Amino acid sequence: MRRAAFVLLTATALAGCAASGRPQPASAPAADAAPVFDRDPYPSTYHAPAVERVALVGATVLTATGEEIANGTVLMEGGKIAAVGASLAVPDGYRTIDARGKWVTPGVIDAHSHLGAWAQPESVDAHNDVNEMTDPNTALVWVEHSVWPQDPGFDAAREAGVTTMMILPGSGNLFGGRTVTLKNVPSVTMQGMKFPGAPYGLKIACGENPKRVYGGKGRSPATRMGNVAGYRKAWIDAQDYARRRDKWEASGRTGEAPKRDLQLETLAGVLKGEILVQNHCYRADEMANMIDVSREFGFKIRTFHHANEAYKIAPLLEKEDICVATWASWWGYKMEVFDAIEENAALVHAAGGCAIIHSDDPIVIQRLNQEAAAALSAAWRAGIRINKADAIRWFTANPAKALGIADRVGTIEPGKNADVVLWSHDPFSIYARAERVWIDGGIVFDRADVRYRRHSDFLLGQPGEKR
Amino acid sequence: MIRLLAAALALAAAPAAAETVAITGGRVVTMGPAGEMERGTVVIRDGRIVAVGADIAVPADAKTVDATGKIVTPGLVATGTALGLIEVRSVETTDDRGTAATDFSAAFDAGYGLNPDSLLIPVARLGGITRAITTPAYKDRSDRELLFAGQAAAVALDGRAMLMKRGVAMVLDMGDAGAERAGGARAAELVALRALFAEVRDYKARRAAYDRGKTRDYTLSRADMDALIPVVEGRMPLLVSVNRAADIRDALALGREERLKLILESASEGWRVAGEIAAAGVPVLLTPVENTPASFEMLGATLTNAARLAAAGVIIAIEGNGNHREREMRYNAGNAAANGLDRKAALAAITINPARIFGLADRIGSLEAGKEGDVVIWDGDPLDTLARPTAIFIRGEAQPMTSRATELRDRYLSAIPPSANGETP
Repeated sequence: MRRAAFVLLTATALAGCAASGRPQPASAPAADAAPVFDRDPYPSTYHAPAVERVALVGATVLTATGEEIANGTVLMEGGKIAAVGASLAVPDGYRTIDARGKWVTPGVIDAHSHLGAWAQPESVDAHNDVNEMTDPNTALVWVEHSVWPQDPGFDAAREAGVTTMMILPGSGNLFGGRTVTLKNVPSVTMQGMKFPGAPYGLKIACGENPKRVYGGKGRSPATRMGNVAGYRKAWIDAQDYARRRDKWEASGRTGEAPKRDLQLETLAGVLKGEILVQNHCYRADEMANMIDVSREFGFKIRTFHHANEAYKIAPLLEKEDICVATWASWWGYKMEVFDAIEENAALVHAAGGCAIIHSDDPIVIQRLNQEAAAALSAAWRAGIRINKADAIRWFTANPAKALGIADRVGTIEPGKNADVVLWSHDPFSIYARAERVWIDGGIVFDRADVRYRRHSDFLLGQPGEKR
Repeated sequence: MIRLLAAALALAAAPAAAETVAITGGRVVTMGPAGEMERGTVVIRDGRIVAVGADIAVPADAKTVDATGKIVTPGLVATGTALGLIEVRSVETTDDRGTAATDFSAAFDAGYGLNPDSLLIPVARLGGITRAITTPAYKDRSDRELLFAGQAAAVALDGRAMLMKRGVAMVLDMGDAGAERAGGARAAELVALRALFAEVRDYKARRAAYDRGKTRDYTLSRADMDALIPVVEGRMPLLVSVNRAADIRDALALGREERLKLILESASEGWRVAGEIAAAGVPVLLTPVENTPASFEMLGATLTNAARLAAAGVIIAIEGNGNHREREMRYNAGNAAANGLDRKAALAAITINPARIFGLADRIGSLEAGKEGDVVIWDGDPLDTLARPTAIFIRGEAQPMTSRATELRDRYLSAIPPSANGETP
């Protein structure tokens, strides 16, 4: 299950790690060797929940590969999807679940969450660890070090079918820091939730937030042109840093190793294609500027987040293969989101692009299916032809692509991880509730069984415990 | 030319609703005593509903709107919103929800400064919302914190003069926010409120003396005391935002002792004291999707709050997600239904119940002869995301089915190649 964690800067470390196929434990460098970066110093300790062999029989299955299968069967075995199809025979040894009248989808994936980093109770300052607004470039911070696994928001999201989330730092800075991708399993440690082998992301923010935060402090950036100058300056430093590291590597590590710099390591990781750019950017013109910045310095933008004006440049985003993670209903809370429309995701989809419905919110994460349904019905109202079998991708397969984990999760296909939701109704119906949720073939939520509710220690002994 | 101009003037001067409309063939959900009818007719004349029923003759002069296969409901009524008072949240000049003025709080009146051209109004309306309770919000400064946010107003969302009724409730925060305003403790607010209400009663009995300067000094300004007289007389409801079960009990006790008419808002832990709320005859406005323990006063927040309050006999109204996201109100009602609330009760919670709670049930909230002509025709279940209104009438007038957002959509839609995948249902 675990693949070799990605290398940050040194090929040597990759070889050492790939051989074991496991994340490299933090270890002291040999006395005669130059210091080698540990590319995975906070490795995942995730273990799949107890795995069962399960056959879901009779459901309508949205595979997120474009199929809607009536009277479908899904077989899960060894933590993987073993088979999916209409009226499949169930082999011996499977526990059969009668899913007639119900719907089955891949586990819900949220491409934009702050759970854990801005934990409930969110009104408590001590729980707000999401925005390190002390410098416009905090590429050095890793949001995983802010994640509190006891956030009751994780439980609520799991009860709504969310199996995987990318947690991002906030958008107050030009460079907010590294993202982390988590599996939504109860855990006492962040490491116990960490999606093994998922690539890191770098949060970059456009527009009003950084210029407001730092302009308000009387320092740069105070304008959008200041924002772009800030990105460019940082990428110039990152190129220089990567060059010095590469030169030292190429020389057989002779002489003094360049001093590690956490900020530049992350930026250099982007330049090497190992860290995915997750860019908070609302306006069409600013997205176009960011695409030019990425060309100037030779990196790829994986996803524009929020991107409420993506519909104005949908063909460009399709051509650049940049995903768009957005809402249907949010608009008007500031100028850069004044032109948001409900059909944003649908227009990106219609142009052939990668559309994602995301949450950015502990309430919305519990109903990404409904937010997608609002976007879908807005599309129908506008005469845009999209069916449910495709729209399901907006909160499953497409966020998996944005997070760099599409080879493992996001669809119901043989060989994929068995992250599956059994819904009481059509997931695009307002009445649909997740009845059971599996992660890697193990059940993590069963609405009929109270043992699967409210794992958070925080709620123990509190009024909400027995709700 | 002159004749044309005269005709145009006459058109402009006449009430836009001076016509007869008959909505026929739809499944009519009246939310009134007539209940539901599989195929019903609603007749609107001169802006008012004149007939609703299964066997209604369509008047000869009526413009007929065929609703066959569709669902016909009253216009939805939004609560907990500031429609008409806000445009862009981060642009202060477009936010008229509250004041940082130094000499009044209770006197602040959301019935002034309303903007019927607000771009939020068509967006909310396309969610089936035809009326709203526009509610003031606190605009605190650190050196001056208000007890009362001011008075809410009932408004219509047809782009004409908005104000329906002024002073439909006095708005007050209790719990965490109220305590902070009163000096940092819940007890401080409870003491301050009792003292203020006593002052208002004193002032009410001695207004002439007050004018002659022959009363003791009062804490509040004259405008605030005038505004609070209908509250202490139990005529204007005190709309109290409160969440913790213990705070709800404190609010109920305050209402009982001061003989106030209360409405509770938010009430995250209302389910824990539902019987007491019901016994006090106090209605509750709530956002049922707010189920996270967002503060220490909301530790008991749950998706089942709406269902449990209704089961205990509390009259509930369901709120939207605030101003720009008001259109999600019906989805919130759908979520309450998905979590145990009867579907008809969920629809009542966004139509007749808010009308009743704010004293407007003689005018709006149901499809009944004599009420104002607010009707929505839906292509499916009004609580469901996949359904949309196909026609909306307010005060008898058909509303445009567009907003600035749909105009933006249409401007850019043509640049998108037609999609190959999928089918339109």
